[in-house]
Amino acid sequence: MAAILTNDNIAPAVFRMVVVAPEVARSRRAGQFVIVRPGPGGERIPLTIADADPERGTITLIYQVVGKTTAVMSLMDPGAEIADVAGPLGQPTHVERFGRVACVGGGIGIAPLYPIAQAMKAAGNDVTAVLGARTRDLLILEPEMRAVVDRVVVVTDDGSYGAKGFVTDALRGLIDSGERPDLVVAIGPTIMMKMVSLLTKEAGVRTLVSLNTIMVDGTGMCGGCRVTVGGQVKFVCVDGPEFDGHQVDFDEMMKRLRTYRRQEAESYEAFRTRHRCRLMERNAEARG
Amino acid sequence: MSDDGNLTAKQRLKIPPVPMPEQPADVRRANIREVPLGYTPDQAVAEAERCLMCKKPVCIQGCPVEVDIPHFIRLVRERRFHEAALVVKQTNVLPAVCGRVCPQEDQCQQVCTVTKSHKDIHRSVKIGNLERFVADWDLEHHPDIEVPDVRKTGRRVAIVGSGPAGLTAAGDLARMGHDVTVFEALHRPGGVLVYGIPEFRLPKAIVDREVDNLRRLGVRIVCNVAIGKSRTLEDLFREGYEAVFVGTGAGLPIFKKIPGENLLGVYSANEYLTRANLMDAYNFPHASDTPIIRGHNVVTFGGGNVAMDAARTALRLGAETSTILYRRSEKEMPARLDEIAHAKEEGVVLRMLQDAIEILGDEDGWVTGVRCLRMALGEPDASGRRRPVPIEGSEFVIPADVVVVAIGNGPNPLVPKTSPEIRTNKWGNIVADPRTGKTSMRGVWAGGDIVLGAATVILAMGEGRKAARSIDEYLRTGVWEESPAAEAAPAPA
Ligand SMILES: Cc1cc2nc3c(=O)[nH]c(=O)nc-3n(C[C@H](O)[C@H](O)[C@H](O)COP(=O)(O)OP(=O)(O)OC[C@H]3O[C@@H](n4cnc5c(N)ncnc54)[C@H](O)[C@@H]3O)c2cc1C
Ligand code: SF4
Ligand code: FES
Repeated sequence: MAAILTNDNIAPAVFRMVVVAPEVARSRRAGQFVIVRPGPGGERIPLTIADADPERGTITLIYQVVGKTTAVMSLMDPGAEIADVAGPLGQPTHVERFGRVACVGGGIGIAPLYPIAQAMKAAGNDVTAVLGARTRDLLILEPEMRAVVDRVVVVTDDGSYGAKGFVTDALRGLIDSGERPDLVVAIGPTIMMKMVSLLTKEAGVRTLVSLNTIMVDGTGMCGGCRVTVGGQVKFVCVDGPEFDGHQVDFDEMMKRLRTYRRQEAESYEAFRTRHRCRLMERNAEARG
Repeated sequence: MSDDGNLTAKQRLKIPPVPMPEQPADVRRANIREVPLGYTPDQAVAEAERCLMCKKPVCIQGCPVEVDIPHFIRLVRERRFHEAALVVKQTNVLPAVCGRVCPQEDQCQQVCTVTKSHKDIHRSVKIGNLERFVADWDLEHHPDIEVPDVRKTGRRVAIVGSGPAGLTAAGDLARMGHDVTVFEALHRPGGVLVYGIPEFRLPKAIVDREVDNLRRLGVRIVCNVAIGKSRTLEDLFREGYEAVFVGTGAGLPIFKKIPGENLLGVYSANEYLTRANLMDAYNFPHASDTPIIRGHNVVTFGGGNVAMDAARTALRLGAETSTILYRRSEKEMPARLDEIAHAKEEGVVLRMLQDAIEILGDEDGWVTGVRCLRMALGEPDASGRRRPVPIEGSEFVIPADVVVVAIGNGPNPLVPKTSPEIRTNKWGNIVADPRTGKTSMRGVWAGGDIVLGAATVILAMGEGRKAARSIDEYLRTGVWEESPAAEAAPAPA
């Protein structure tokens, strides 16, 4: 059981939840995640640890409402309890002094990117954050990022904030600027990570991506999280979640992510019909 | 006739085995309730009459934990069921589980004198059925275990993994007065007993009851902690644990490494069974939020219990056809005879001497079929079983929309990876002294599938018990001698 301290709406359909998990808070490192099961009958889902306070014994999870499980979480009040929080899981990010590091985050991917940017900065790197969102409202953690990195570049698909365009456009600008990064860390929608990796492969810039596959146990037991990296099958939960972006078979991964699309839509719809008002009130409706 | 005891051996040999009542095949394939329903007391007594009370009870030697079989069977005959249960429990701490899942036909029932007289394994004394009967009877009539009034030693022991090995070690150590904490990575204790073996073969309530009993003995069970991740073995010692037992099992799914294994609808048996059992995907989207692909044509690779469980789970999830593809012949199948028989009765199609060479898919990545080859049996291999050899030009395709790969599991690497002081063999199994369970790291014992390779519940239990004895001795004497026998750890099956 993990008590919820806060569960705030920070952007349309995006929430920041602070839960009590002292052991995780104490031992987690940048790049690691937890498996959360909200309650009895609930699903186990992986969520990256966006932040932690070892003193208070809390961790911060940032999630977007994309299905029933996250919708259920969005309706949980402070004081309520999450049935299970297991972690930290996965390999921590390999942090060292690389020189110039570009941290590229898209949408909700900015949340897991934040502790990595922080750690990269602490290791003495010059860190540029490239943050992308569909529109201004959906951009999260910009002030937090600004506080830890050297510079922030913002892009939005619709140009409502920062430059209009995709993170790849901004990254290309960075690479061409002569301030070429020594390492790119990209986290966001799979298609974004794929495009970033294509770009950096061509430009010859080392790139790490953090994969958010379907998971069940998160301990290497089921293989449901498997991806192909450099022609080898890897389990994201124990071998990852970070991999060399130039080696990942993103197309296969994107297909596998669609495995339960129909079932998920069905169970989400049923839940939404029952809880529409509260979800609207909480600003938890993904789109319109 | 139950109490006269005057039957001759010859007469007893003529009594036909008492079949265990079961849910009819066409009914049970549509529900997840347990298939065999258990003996009534009269049925148990009638079956007990078949035992010859051999002077040399070979069955005991056939039992990995040496249950005093004729003794408990005699008590069943006399309707002293509680005492019978106590006899079983002297050596077997999980009789309700073992009565259901032990491979009796390879153990006690194989060597049973009655089997030998008839030269027919199906005519053995049904020791497993009787064990299950006394265990269930006792759970019903004496649900509260006795909490022994032992002096607490205050010595702290950590158990990593809550499968049968860990649970057994925990129970024994608690009864010896030690302060025991079990760490489990998943949200529910029980190991394979809760995530792998389906409800229709082993009701979860039985496992829960065993776990509750441990709690009553004072064992602390901490779920959601993967040792090696949030803390290492070294951390446990720093926190004041004086001994650690590692029972992390063989939970690493092995794939066939054939093309198409990452298609949508291809599962490891672990994932398929975990979704169905632990996560209750049978009840999606109502009581459970965990989805599973409900295939029309499900094909499972493998020939062990795991394959049978997956194929029968598929039927219960509504599959029209459920097919098992096995490289060897039925005779070589490692699954329990009962499971093979149950699978066939339920309509699982066994395709023997056939092997998958490729999984086929459509544009969107969904499985559409399996390309197979026919095999013939050649020379015996290292395991003593005849090696299957492909027959040239025998390729064919069977349709499938779900494929389950159930060809085995490797050792869980989490603990050895983060505590390199623990020696492993070339398969990644922890090397432990077969007499004591001691590993190459001081204060650390290991047992169960993590040592033996994917084995059985009863062997895991036996290993937990053995280690508990050795741990107790260590805590009392403080002596950790070199264990030369560690070199000679057995290879995984
Ligand atoms: C589907 C299936 C059917 C089977 N059928 C039979 C049968 O009919 N009869 C039979 O005798 N045997 C059967 N077996 C085999 C039997 O279940 C195993 O041999 C037995 O469970 C092994 O017990 P164990 O305690 O060693 O490990 P497990 O039961 O595997 O338990 C290990 C536990 O450790 C946990 N763990 C792993 N790593 C960590 C970590 N780092 N920190 C904390 N916890 C950790 C795991 O989550 C798991 O709960 C079957 C196995 C499967 C998979
Ligand atoms: S070998 Fe068979 S007949 Fe003999 S004592 Fe054992 S169970 Fe009874
Ligand atoms: S989530 Fe099960 S192996 Fe990774």
